[in-house]
This record gives sequence, structure tokens and C-alpha cells, in this order.
Amino acid sequence: MTDNIYMPYLMKVDKITWEAPGVKTFLLKFVNEGDQDNFNFKAGQFGEYSVYGAGESTFCIASSPTRKGYIECTFRQAGKVTNALSGCEEGSIVGFRGPYGNIFPIGEWKGKNLLFIAGGIALPPMRCVIWNALDLRENFKNVTIIYGARSVNDLVYKYELENWQRRKDVKLITTVDPGGESPDWKGEIGFVPTIVEKAAPSSDNTIAIVCGPPVMIKYTFPVLAKLGFADENVYTTLENRMKCGFGKCGRCNVGKVYVCKDGPVFTLAQLKELPDEY
Amino acid sequence: MNIERRYIRKGSLETLYEKIKANSITVVGPSARNGKLSFRKIENFKEIATDYIQTIQSSKDTAFPRTEKILDYSKNADGISVRGTDLNGIPEIVLWGVRPCDSMGAGELSAIFNWDFKDEIYNTRLTHITVLAFSCSKADEYCFCTSVGGNPGNTEGSDILITRAGENGDFLAEIITEKGLKLVSMASELFEKDGNIDKAKYLAEVPVRFDREQISLKLDKLFENDQWVEQSLKCLGCGACAYVCPTCACFDIQDEAHGRSGSRVRCWDSCGYSHFTIHTSGHNPREVQSQRWRQRIMHKFSYMPDRLSVYGCTGCGRCSRACPADMNILEQLISIQEAAV
Repeated sequence: MTDNIYMPYLMKVDKITWEAPGVKTFLLKFVNEGDQDNFNFKAGQFGEYSVYGAGESTFCIASSPTRKGYIECTFRQAGKVTNALSGCEEGSIVGFRGPYGNIFPIGEWKGKNLLFIAGGIALPPMRCVIWNALDLRENFKNVTIIYGARSVNDLVYKYELENWQRRKDVKLITTVDPGGESPDWKGEIGFVPTIVEKAAPSSDNTIAIVCGPPVMIKYTFPVLAKLGFADENVYTTLENRMKCGFGKCGRCNVGKVYVCKDGPVFTLAQLKELPDEY
Repeated sequence: MNIERRYIRKGSLETLYEKIKANSITVVGPSARNGKLSFRKIENFKEIATDYIQTIQSSKDTAFPRTEKILDYSKNADGISVRGTDLNGIPEIVLWGVRPCDSMGAGELSAIFNWDFKDEIYNTRLTHITVLAFSCSKADEYCFCTSVGGNPGNTEGSDILITRAGENGDFLAEIITEKGLKLVSMASELFEKDGNIDKAKYLAEVPVRFDREQISLKLDKLFENDQWVEQSLKCLGCGACAYVCPTCACFDIQDEAHGRSGSRVRCWDSCGYSHFTIHTSGHNPREVQSQRWRQRIMHKFSYMPDRLSVYGCTGCGRCSRACPADMNILEQLISIQEAAV
């Protein structure tokens, strides 16, 4: 890398996976081997992905740091840059700057139960830490994943959901919003907070990681409180609009906090200290 | 280094200007075009304005241009080639005639561009600028530098500070930095021994109107307050205040494509715009203008001092002069200081 902090790595789109309507996963490899050798990240960090000529867009790194040699990102085609990304083919060259932001303190969770709760397109920012934990499975006790989407079609990583379903060391509960089920749907039907309440995971020695649309988060936190989760043991990752990724462009401020520097990972206890600007 | 005091005679400034130009250094100074005074590249000494309180724009765009190319790309059959900005192409500039409030602003911008990741494009530009500032012999009702740690003869952030001293049009020159010394060395014969000039006598009077530390403490308790709505009722969200501000650093990053090649640019932006924080989903954390106005004040008087140990305001008063809705930041800050919490 040069001194130019805005200069992205060149990345080759090595594999494209169709996830859901408008949602794709890119497996990206470094064009220059030297970049790959010097690159390190931890679960929870994000980056700026770009298509030259269209601009940059912010997403988390969706792959686990335990999987070397590539990174993955999952995005929904929604704006100018994600539309341009969506137009890329395998072999296309894109840009990536990062990793930025803080991390899920997975090292501190040794010996604990992990409860992952995700909604819709918010599974990707959690996938990095799920796989990170599963790749170091012996470090943790029970691993529970509760994942919901509007409809069966909107569930992402369907092939991985099957994998987690089969594993004996993971408890997976999938759900879709009422009306979103298909005739052969075998999972739950109901909104994520309701399903969490029904599943009633124990808060004893458990870390909860919650990620989803604002309305899901809003109704899930009280359920967790009812189940006895302390605010310090509930984690989430915020997604404010960003441009630089390193605390200069001024966009992601929530009060004194820069989401890009102090976050994106926050505990519920930290969130409660923040003004309502996210 | 210790500040060195020298004396320059009337007429010598033009000689100094010619010496600088003879060294192939660009001079940027206050110059009027169509009645509007701004910092421009100077081609002739006579273009430099001498009788002014403040330019419309600050001088920040010499180090932080409104549009800075951060990379060029071109797509070809083999893929893509990308080149970062050539830092060697950044020119030497003498920034002539800035006011002490603009010189001070460079320190605040530097804090933003260096607090964690170091922005070497900004830093290289700054390294190539020698600031030849002029202290203020006049001020207007918008000026409030003395309330934010400055004063009309402040040397902070300048390499040389010139003060018009005496009726005959001679000047006091304070040489503040090594860069200043280097500039002086181009025409050292012009810088005579100081004849004990009483600098303070020639400076404008700018009364202290508020205590910025008090404001910072007040703001910690004022996030939820009706005052933000009242203060911002007139705000059009035009962003003029940010564009004329010497310390506003918020920016956007955009691609400009021309066929198969193009560039990525870092360009000025403003927290006053509704689209500044809007998510692709349509959710906007700062949905109404009062939230954006609060962000502007909070960022300058609470977040920056807290995180970067500098305030984001030098008291130049440009935002109040530029506001089409006649919002006055000085009045608003005073009312924050007086707010009951």
C-alpha cells in the first residue's frame, strides 16, 4: 500500500453466489499477492468496496478471519454502487479498502454459550463471527442461531443454513414472517422477537449477538432483557452511512462516537449511552 | 523556535512578492473579482487586496481543496490500472494575506486529518504552504476570535505574521517558524531590526463574547433540548456555512467516470444537508434540520474538543456573514451559554 489512505486494494471477483432476490455474495481475492500476505482482519470489521467509475460502498466482511486467502461480502442491490457491483462478473476487478472499525471480542467469550439472532440481510455481518466461533468450536459451549427473514426466498446463505441444521453442535432455528412461508417450509413462522421469546434461550453464561433491521432490534432487546441478559452481554453492530471509514468524513457520528472507529460493534450497555442518532 | 521580530518598510512587500515569484513559487492571496473577495492565484502584486476584514471563502482549500483527486483509473483489455495522486506534483505555495483566524484553522483541520489514519495528501499540501498572515486592524460585529482562543494578532498557525504599524504604512514582521525564516531568506535585506513597535496598539478590538469551555460543558447536557429547533427554524440546509468555514472538514468520496477511465475524488460536503446521513433504505438518523444544526454545533464545540482536543471554530464569523437566512452563530453560542440546564 502507498501513503494514500484512500487507495483501495485491487480485488478479483473469484466467485459469485446468488443468495436471494437482489442479494449476492462475492468471494474476493487480492490481485497482488503481497497485499494478501499483509492483510489481516478480525470478525466484526468492515471495508469500503468499490466499482471504479461508480464509487464506494460500506459493508462488513462477511467471511471469517479463520478462512485465509480471500474475503467475502454480501450485499443487496439497492443503490448506485451496489447496482454496479451486481453487474460485475466472475473475473471482474473491484476495489476494497479496509479493514476498519472495532471487533467482536470473541477471545473474551471463551467457555461461554453463544446466541446469534439475525434478521434478513443482517446475517452477513454476523456470519463472520458465527464461522469464526464454529472454526474454534471447542472454545465455546452451546451455539444457538436464530435467523429470520420476510419470506423463505429472502433467507440468505441457504446452503449454510442447511449445514448448520445438520450439525449436532449447533442449534439453528429459522423463521419467516407470517405469510412468507412456502408450502414445504419446515421452520418457524413468526417475527424474530416472538421466536426468540418462544425459544427462550438461557441467559446463563451466554453472550447474545443481535443484528437486524431497526424494528427487529427494537423488539428483540426487551425480550433478551426479560430472559435475563445483562446489557453488557448483548452485542450488535451498527450501520451508519460512511464514506471514509476512518473517522474523518463526519458522517457516522452518533453523539461523540464515530461508528467507523468506536464501532461498528457495540454492546447494548454502550448503545444505551448513545443519543438516538443511528 | 522563538519568534523573531523585524521591521519592513512600506513598499518592501512588493519587492518580497517579486522575490517569491522569481523563485517560481505560486502566491495565493485575497483578490476581488466581480466585487467578491476570495483567495486566488495572484499574477500581479496589484491584484492583492489590502483593505478588507475577511474574504468570503476561507483559505482552507489550499490544503483541503474542494475537490481533491485521490486516484485515477483506466480500464483496458487486460483489466484495470489505478494510480494514486502524485504527491510530488503538489506545488509550493505562499499563502499571502490570510487572517490569524484562518491560520489557526489549519491546526484544527490537521487534527481531523491526522488523529488516527494520516491523510498524506492533506499533509503534503500543508507542508508545501508557507503562511504569510496579516493581523487584523479592523473587525466587524461578526468577528469573535477572542472567544475561541484567538486574537487579531495571533501567531498560531502562521509562518510569518505581518502587522501594519504606524501611519506611514510600515510593518512589523514576526517570523514564527523555520518556513518563515526560509521565506525571509529570499529577501533578508528587507527585514530590518525591529524598532520596538507596540504591536497591540495597531490591532483591532474584538470583545470576548462567551467562554468556549463553558459552552462545551453546557453542550454535554443539551443534546435533548428545544433550543435546537428554535435555533434552526430559519435554516435552509444550504450548507453555505460549511463551505465558507475554515475548519469544516466533512467530505464525500465520489467517482467521476469519463468513458473507460476516470477518477475518484474527495469533495467538500456538509452535515447540514439532508442526504448527508441518509441510508440506502431511506432511514435517516438525522431526519430534520434541527438535528443537523445540533450536529454542527456539537461537533465543533463538544465532540472535537472532547476527541481531538481542539475546537472546530476560529471565530472568523464567515458562516454568519454568508447565511442567506441571517442565522448568527455568535448569538446562538451566547444563547447556549445562557441556557438553563
